[in-house]
Amino acid sequence: MSAIELRAVEKTWENGVQALRPLDLRVERGEIVTLLGPSGCGKSSLLNIVAGLTEASAGDVSVGPDERIGFVFQQATLMPWARVAANVRLPLDLAGVARAEANARAAEALRRVGLGAFAEVWPRELSGGMQMRASIARALVTEPTLLLMDEPFGALDEITRNRLDDELLRVRREQQLTVLFVTHSIHEAVYLSDRVVVMAARPGRVVAEVAITTDEPRDDAFRVSTTFARHARDLQQALLAAARDADEALA
Amino acid sequence: MRRALPGLVVAIALLALWQTWVVAFDIPVYLVPSPLTVARTLVADAALLGRALWVTVQVTLLALAAAVLLGVAIAFAFVQSRWIEAALFPYVVLLQVTPIVAIAPLIIIWVQNPTLSLVICATIVALFPIIANTTLGLRSVDAGLADYFRLQRASRWQTLWRLRVPGALPYFFGGLRIASGLALIGAVVAEFVAGTGGTGTGLAYQILQAGYQLNIARMFAALTLIALTGVLLFVATDLVTRWALGGWHESERVGR
Repeated sequence: MSAIELRAVEKTWENGVQALRPLDLRVERGEIVTLLGPSGCGKSSLLNIVAGLTEASAGDVSVGPDERIGFVFQQATLMPWARVAANVRLPLDLAGVARAEANARAAEALRRVGLGAFAEVWPRELSGGMQMRASIARALVTEPTLLLMDEPFGALDEITRNRLDDELLRVRREQQLTVLFVTHSIHEAVYLSDRVVVMAARPGRVVAEVAITTDEPRDDAFRVSTTFARHARDLQQALLAAARDADEALA
Repeated sequence: MRRALPGLVVAIALLALWQTWVVAFDIPVYLVPSPLTVARTLVADAALLGRALWVTVQVTLLALAAAVLLGVAIAFAFVQSRWIEAALFPYVVLLQVTPIVAIAPLIIIWVQNPTLSLVICATIVALFPIIANTTLGLRSVDAGLADYFRLQRASRWQTLWRLRVPGALPYFFGGLRIASGLALIGAVVAEFVAGTGGTGTGLAYQILQAGYQLNIARMFAALTLIALTGVLLFVATDLVTRWALGGWHESERVGR
């Protein structure tokens, strides 16, 4: 049973612009799949379609009936008027979970992302990276089985991003998550993924699928390994080829 | 305290200058009374002016409360339906642009209770910024957070109460700050109009009476009380704003 299965899904905006050409995508349970591509390739739209935020113009979208979805946005999107713990508790509050249980689960989620000591501070008092962690804690607090992440670390510096990538992998090991992850970073895609779906823009479409096959543990040594470099080169070539095709089509 | 100091220095300097000018040029008290004369009048007429002040303050606070309740209710109605807003907004604007001195005589004739008629006038003056700001605030929802609430299948009520209302608070308090000053202005202006009809004993009425009697010192004394009331209202609104937004909102952060 796949976690996500898309068949001939396409999206055309109301103004007639084609955001996504018909595409198929299947994500197995426990997999980390990355959507990699330049801006305008429809990777975020695709994620929103899976999440149910955007309606597909045509095609079949099916998400496993037992999947609990957690969503992490490009920005932390925390409520500035609520302290960190209350922000993390929000999905439980909305679902009507009892206050005591919600508090305990929020504290646990914060601990898991290393923000245990920051429960009672305001979001604006946190750095960008810490705000993102709070946002991830908010996604984890509902104990999702499927995490959808829309360039969550795109606005962070590289050092912070690498650390958060490591934490994501750790959390995923601990609780058997399926992850569909959007990024424009080739390195992030190689580091995180079991499989990378390469997309191109105008119109948005899938141009290649690259499996990241390695037995090496994902750690700092992996980042400088030849396997890593080879995969990064493959992805880059796929992206460049797609961009060249698009340019020729325009010319 | 430190922030109040420069203002205090200027106030003392201006008062000293005024006092010196009046004494040095021997300005008659029926034209410009000196600050000391005004202070003496304030003490001598304390009972009379105190009663008048209480009337004006009552009208102002009642009007402000009414403006807040009505304004917030109308703003909520506006954001619930574009149709309601399109239907009613022109009339809100009409109310705002029509000078209160032009409507006040009518209201005073129609409404028997003098206090109530003054409160209605002052409410009309103070209402607009509350409606406009609260509506804007309720609409200015962070798009990402709105998406998040949708993803979590939040009910309409949850979205209103947990997202729109807190997000609107800074806008609402911006409106309240303007409205508090306008409520006082409305109360005084309405009383000027009503005063000619022989009702009301607020500060504006005292100013009118003192004017007829060429009791310029008492006019200044009443004026001082109105100005002080306005300042106190402003400070009180500021304190409430800081208490409500304390900590989280950017505007309450810098230099505090």
